[in-house]
Amino acid sequence: MKTAFLSLSALLLGAVVVFGQGESAKTRSGAESRFDYEELAKAPDKVRAKHNPLAGDESAVAGGKKLFEQHCAECHGAEGEGGKKAPSLVVPAVQEATPGAVFWVLTNGVVWRGMPVWSKLPEVQRWQLVSYVQTLKMANSKTILH
Amino acid sequence: MGVSRFLYIGILAGLLAVGLGAPSRLRAQESPYMVTYDHYLEEPGSLEVEYFSTVGTQRGGHDFHAAWLEFEYGAKAWWTTELYVDGQTTFGDSTVFTGFRWENRFRLLQREHFINPVLYIEYEQISEADKIVKEVEGHDVEADHAAPNAIARQGHNHELELKLLLSKNFKGWNVAVNPLATKNLLPSGAWEFGYAVGASRPLALKASAQKCNFCRENFSAGVEMYGGLGDTVSPGLHETSHYLAPAVAWNLPSGWTFRVSPGFGLNDNSHTLLMRWGVSREFSGFGETMSKLFRGRQ
Repeated sequence: MKTAFLSLSALLLGAVVVFGQGESAKTRSGAESRFDYEELAKAPDKVRAKHNPLAGDESAVAGGKKLFEQHCAECHGAEGEGGKKAPSLVVPAVQEATPGAVFWVLTNGVVWRGMPVWSKLPEVQRWQLVSYVQTLKMANSKTILH
Repeated sequence: MGVSRFLYIGILAGLLAVGLGAPSRLRAQESPYMVTYDHYLEEPGSLEVEYFSTVGTQRGGHDFHAAWLEFEYGAKAWWTTELYVDGQTTFGDSTVFTGFRWENRFRLLQREHFINPVLYIEYEQISEADKIVKEVEGHDVEADHAAPNAIARQGHNHELELKLLLSKNFKGWNVAVNPLATKNLLPSGAWEFGYAVGASRPLALKASAQKCNFCRENFSAGVEMYGGLGDTVSPGLHETSHYLAPAVAWNLPSGWTFRVSPGFGLNDNSHTLLMRWGVSREFSGFGETMSKLFRGRQ
């Protein structure tokens, strides 16, 4: 009886892993879809107008890069170029968004579309991530110029 | 009993081997809680394998070492599912497998709010020899664990456990409150109630520029308190046990997390000490890998 329950649970868990992720990959296949950036527009005006308290702080960008590699690169790509699971961050919609809007999306995630909430990171670390993400455009532009 | 010991050692060795062999870019940002839950779920597609130990003192019986292995998977950004396998060694007695649990956590609201609720639903099939004390409910007391394993393992519990995980982050602090209700699925089973509350904070809020194992931001510390609140037949605090437990977590950039938490009994019905520690490792992209394996590359 115990073995049967254990086997059933293992089967259910396996099914969740295989089919749950499969569906997720399917919905993410259009990673550059405009829907992926609509959340930025939903940021409340008050939050959108927020300034990055770490703007101009080079150490914040360096720390943000480290955080990006640890938490974001897996889905958004090592250079923020996007991947199967998440959209590119090197696009005008993100790079021209206000720091407050990017911070808001990072904090709240886009849960129904697969992006977890990142409010588990302290506020200052989320601003570090915003600092780094919004340098990706400059890095990309330099690459193009060269 | 020898087989159970071998199973323990085998599982632990397997966990270590897999953990050491598999690279992981994603670092878990785990809270130090052992019993309390905050509202954060596993990242979608990630598998976290966790091993936890509890060494407990026992008046009127033998001290024990209870352990559980936990497989936590992020099915969706709003849904985490976990399988637990429990066992225990009672010193001077025996080692026994005590059952399994299947836990699901569902995020109820899309965005962050002043308080963030998560619904927790767990099915347990465990014997009465189970001593992991993952939660304290109803009139659970120290004396429940004094019976020899040969007798205790005769009793079986099929339980449904519901929790409402309420949590909030504020200025680097996390505060979490988890009321719980458990129902033995036998028709005669009463609803039992309990609670867990916790507060924790990373030792540093700003991330340093360098990758480092010993940076203060990798450590978080907190305290949790948990206990029983009686049942529908006899509600209240009489004949219940309660614990206060400071807790520390160390999140390594490699994806490993270590936790330590000594839990101190707050009344005569509680174990004097529940010394807990745990190690976990997160594997990002696990779901995608499995999906490719079973469905073929698309």
